[in-house]
Amino acid sequence: MNNKLNTKNSYSIFSIIKGGFNKNSILDISISNKTPKKQYDVIVIGGGGHGMATAYYLAKNHGITNIAVVEKGLIGRGNTGRNTQVVRSNYLWTESSLLYEHSLKLWNNLSQDINFNVMYTKRGVFSLAHSYQEARDVARRVTANKLNGIDSIYLTPKEIKDYIPIINISPKVRYPIFGASLQKRGGTVHHDAVAWGLARRLNQIGVDILQNCEVKNLIIKNNIVNGIETNKGDIFASKIAVAVAGSSTRFAEMGKFKLPIESHPLQAWVSEPIKPILNPVIMSNAVHAYVSQAEKGELVIGAGIDKYIGYSQRGSFSVIENATSAIIELFPSFSKVKLLRTWAGLVDVSPDACPIIDLTPVKNLYINCGWGTGGFKATPGSGYVFAHTVANNEPHVLNEPFSFTRFESGKLIDEHGAAGVAH
Amino acid sequence: MLLIKCIFCGERDETEFHYGGELRDKRPLNPNDLSDKEWAEFLYSKRNVNGIHIEQWFHSGGCRQWFNIERNTFTNEITNTFNLKKQKITREKD
Ligand SMILES: Cc1cc2nc3c(=O)[nH]c(=O)nc-3n(C[C@H](O)[C@H](O)[C@H](O)COP(=O)(O)OP(=O)(O)OC[C@H]3O[C@@H](n4cnc5c(N)ncnc54)[C@H](O)[C@@H]3O)c2cc1C
Ligand SMILES: [Zn+2]
Repeated sequence: MNNKLNTKNSYSIFSIIKGGFNKNSILDISISNKTPKKQYDVIVIGGGGHGMATAYYLAKNHGITNIAVVEKGLIGRGNTGRNTQVVRSNYLWTESSLLYEHSLKLWNNLSQDINFNVMYTKRGVFSLAHSYQEARDVARRVTANKLNGIDSIYLTPKEIKDYIPIINISPKVRYPIFGASLQKRGGTVHHDAVAWGLARRLNQIGVDILQNCEVKNLIIKNNIVNGIETNKGDIFASKIAVAVAGSSTRFAEMGKFKLPIESHPLQAWVSEPIKPILNPVIMSNAVHAYVSQAEKGELVIGAGIDKYIGYSQRGSFSVIENATSAIIELFPSFSKVKLLRTWAGLVDVSPDACPIIDLTPVKNLYINCGWGTGGFKATPGSGYVFAHTVANNEPHVLNEPFSFTRFESGKLIDEHGAAGVAH
Repeated sequence: MLLIKCIFCGERDETEFHYGGELRDKRPLNPNDLSDKEWAEFLYSKRNVNGIHIEQWFHSGGCRQWFNIERNTFTNEITNTFNLKKQKITREKD
């Protein structure tokens, strides 16, 4: 393991007390404005959570530190800073549940690993069922989870009400509650902390984070990539790893191959802060809505994607209206709460709602995309297996099923129906 | 929210419509001759355009007809509407 990871400059109870007496903030997350080197071992394109986690595990697990993370804007301003922070691993199919479970386990120790509190809070994630068929599907998923060693329980409406006294379990509503699954280790992780913590750690390791550095093209000769053209000049590397979410298709075009990905707006919105009233995360596939309460007190609400392709990072109001009305039916006491802000990200949706983490038809070029509406929870796991793929030029066992070729062989991993609104 | 001009009914709210995706290439006429890779490309690969995009919409809450529109996927500006039968372009702006 690389000794640059053992930095002295770490947070502890003592450094925080000491910091309290000094005027200067002890938060040293400023990222110096580096000029790119001419040559790196690996260039990671995309300064979101997935790109930075990839660089982190390249250093930690594979001893590679001559890395640049190239970001066209500022780190964490893509989906990483826009998501609603839900983490869980109770997916239906074995392939996906193992990948997300690996990630959930990494969250457990990530704060200690990177010496930055990412605030993983095991507040529990409920997935509600609103019909007999959905209740059967949820029960099936609970069983599948148990077979894969993932904690998951099935609850009746009465048991749900015991956990969440303010929820409306009346049978006389548009979407009555028939039951729910609960994953107690599911919950939330603070998204900005993930971006800052990883960036700070990479800075300490000596990875160059190049912000405001937009990749305009890949430098490819004889189907081998060896560099990138950017607004800060050409930069060369032995290997190039792409983790750019909604912009993935542009990189496939540069490499002259095709992707089964479409980019959609995905919206979220928050209310004014209120006193603590809701502990767990509540999701509902049928009504395409979910809600949790942030530490600061805002209700954080999200929905499914806007149906059309869109690069504007703006969605339609009808999505907000539909999901909010469903949430108010579930929680009548929220009806007077005011909404503060709405926003949208640019998510990369694949046909089977599962990622592609693989080599590409271009030699030394690797891609990690297709996480769609639910990739935040996978940030460390995604970086872990992608780093393995890049370092060894072959996938890790956990991402082998998430290959390009599954669309040719027909071995899709159909999480769409299984996990519904997959956040 | 998109304001979509149905070629039969005029301007309506996006919620009256169903999005039918990108106007795709024609279905291959010689399916038996295609390799798995070629089929996969036809079935799954997407142009995923950032910019001018020709897409299909269905007026499900109105006249229940399909038609095509040309929309900029970055600005959401709708620049053309196409009648499937006549394939005649009616420019919105003139
Ligand atoms: C509203 C919303 C709610 C969500 N809620 C959840 C949730 O609750 N739980 C969950 O698990 N997931 C959720 N997601 C999904 C999750 O946010 C994403 O799957 C995940 O964050 C993707 O991480 P990333 O690092 O791949 O992408 P990003 O954070 O988007 O990073 C990609 C980066 O690539 C950069 N880039 C693009 N093109 C270039 C270029 N040419 N040159 C250089 N850099 C470039 C971009 O600027 C961007 O910073 C949500 C998403 C949204 C939008
Ligand atoms: Zn009509």
